[in-house]
Amino acid sequence: MSSSIGFSRRAALLASAFALGASLTPALAQGEIKLGAVLSVTGPASFLGDPEKRTLEMVVEDVNAKGGILGRKVRLIVYDDAGDANAARTFATRLLEEDKVTAMIGGSTTGTTMAMIPAFEDAQVPFISLAGAVQIIQPVKKWVFKTPHTDTMACEKIFEDMKKRGTTRIGMISGTDGFGKSMRDECVKVAGKYGIEILHEENYGPRDTDMTPQLTNIKNKAGVQAVINPGFGQGPAIVTRNFRQLGITVPLYQSHGVASKQFIELAGPAAEGVRLPAAALLVADKLPDNDPQKKVVMEYSTNYAKRTGQPVSTFGGHAYDGFMIWKEAVERAKTDNPAKVRDEIERTKGYIGTGGIVNMSPTDHMGLDLSAFRMLEIRNGDWTLVP
Amino acid sequence: MPELLQFAFSGLTVGAVYALVALGFTLIYNASDVVNFAQGEFVMLGGMATVFLHLAGVPLPLAAALAILITVGVGLALYAFAIDPARGSSAVTIIIITIGASIFLRGVAQVIFDKRFHALPHWFGSEPIRLGGAAILPQSLVVLFGAGLIVALIFLVIDRTLLGRAILATAANRLAARLVGIPVRKIVALSFALSAAIGAVAGILVTPITLTSYDVGTLLALKGFAAAMLGGMGSAVGAVVGGLLLGLAESFGAGLISSKYKDAIAFLIILGVLFVRPQGLLGKKSVERV
Repeated sequence: MSSSIGFSRRAALLASAFALGASLTPALAQGEIKLGAVLSVTGPASFLGDPEKRTLEMVVEDVNAKGGILGRKVRLIVYDDAGDANAARTFATRLLEEDKVTAMIGGSTTGTTMAMIPAFEDAQVPFISLAGAVQIIQPVKKWVFKTPHTDTMACEKIFEDMKKRGTTRIGMISGTDGFGKSMRDECVKVAGKYGIEILHEENYGPRDTDMTPQLTNIKNKAGVQAVINPGFGQGPAIVTRNFRQLGITVPLYQSHGVASKQFIELAGPAAEGVRLPAAALLVADKLPDNDPQKKVVMEYSTNYAKRTGQPVSTFGGHAYDGFMIWKEAVERAKTDNPAKVRDEIERTKGYIGTGGIVNMSPTDHMGLDLSAFRMLEIRNGDWTLVP
Repeated sequence: MPELLQFAFSGLTVGAVYALVALGFTLIYNASDVVNFAQGEFVMLGGMATVFLHLAGVPLPLAAALAILITVGVGLALYAFAIDPARGSSAVTIIIITIGASIFLRGVAQVIFDKRFHALPHWFGSEPIRLGGAAILPQSLVVLFGAGLIVALIFLVIDRTLLGRAILATAANRLAARLVGIPVRKIVALSFALSAAIGAVAGILVTPITLTSYDVGTLLALKGFAAAMLGGMGSAVGAVVGGLLLGLAESFGAGLISSKYKDAIAFLIILGVLFVRPQGLLGKKSVERV
């Protein structure tokens, strides 16, 4: 009838039960919000992934200093895939199964993004990609969003500019990486809409160091009035140098894959006169004061330059937009529950970011239109706005 | 036709780099039967060290000289700490050690330097020279001339000096060389030092054209190896011929057939050589006297 455990032992057991319960409760209610990021910090896409990592670290630090999101600190977990899609997939699985993140901002390149998408669709965790190709969001996948402009938009912006200059017949030299191939396919698809004829095409591997044979073939094709180079990384820098080396005088268009000062540094004087579509972020100080994006881009670029000592890059800007869109979605959803946050991300309207003004919908998981892209020209080693 | 001439210019330039890498392979192979897969890293170190010393404020010529010295130091360290202690092991073991060393050097380079691409200024300006409808960069001529000079120097040393005879003797028969009093281990160390120097010079000469980063060594080592196999592993002339031929094959292949499979050309050549003529174009069939 009377219990065999002595009074003091029962008291001790009760006390430890209380202590355990007390220590669990804070974890359940006040835990950190875990945000994952798989980025290509090193390797051929390092000038995409490195500013992305620095930006995410910077904004997470700022947000945590102000008390976090919904009063909870954000814990950022970054993995470096070095541009390798297989490594990216492995890290994605690790983020989902071991680190148990509730959202992911990352996938610096199209290749790494496409490899990771199935993992996030299966785990039902929202994934905001930082890569360019249009297949990331078309056809629409429930859990996948993206912040950078698509390669289709880049083609359309370039063709628009060509039409203005009266160019109708062009050559194309593209990288065989995921983004280069994807943008090449998109350009071929939309060329007819703008009355552009692609006379000759060539390719190069992303690690090639000499494109003069391919450019020689384009140079010798009669009637080529301009050349587009879809690709990113070191390839376009070498294409641009080779272009001038061979004395090709027709205009050269690059993609937004080279929207970073590093490209101008690497291409050197050969970059003079090259045109590319890019986000307003690159010409922040040259924007007119009444431009809706001016405040956001000036704030971000000065902050980034001050904190990292590096010139601003659009890739960092995409990471910034991704984070802010996610943060505002968590605040609207009042929880970090993946499904509810996903719904709020999809309801993003009128978000003014470094890439443009974002209006998402169930059929549009990017939310940017052609006006988000500006046509830039490189003059005297700097970006200038083409009117 | 001007475009064929253009392909030839491009092919010869990149071929000269492959030739220098292949020469590095050959030197070490001759002295010690080791295929040193860290050879590509010597080229990378030459370029990257020059870039970073220059960024730190050292004038360019001095930076280049220091970079060569640093690379030679790395080559000697590689020999002293990785190859020499394993000198009794089989060739395969030592080759794997060099692969490990190359991965190690690449990792250290990422930390000491950085992960971005870098350029060096052209020596004589970047205005190309027009010849017969094609354009060749002054730097390409520097690369070709530099490669020729190095090859000539190597041949002079081998042919005219006692040291050169000692290297030839070590290459021919290590035991016999030791018996006549040649310090074989010092000769092998010297071959590593020379290979490192050649690789570093190649890197410095070619970086203005091809840019450099911490991982350019891998592909270069593989292509240099393909070139050395094509020319005949062990033949210095073969290394040069193989390198130039590989460069031309890549360039003409990319220009005339398809640019997508340019890298595959080097590997197809390795396969072809191994199937059809394993001793390469200029190598001798190896015969073992039982």
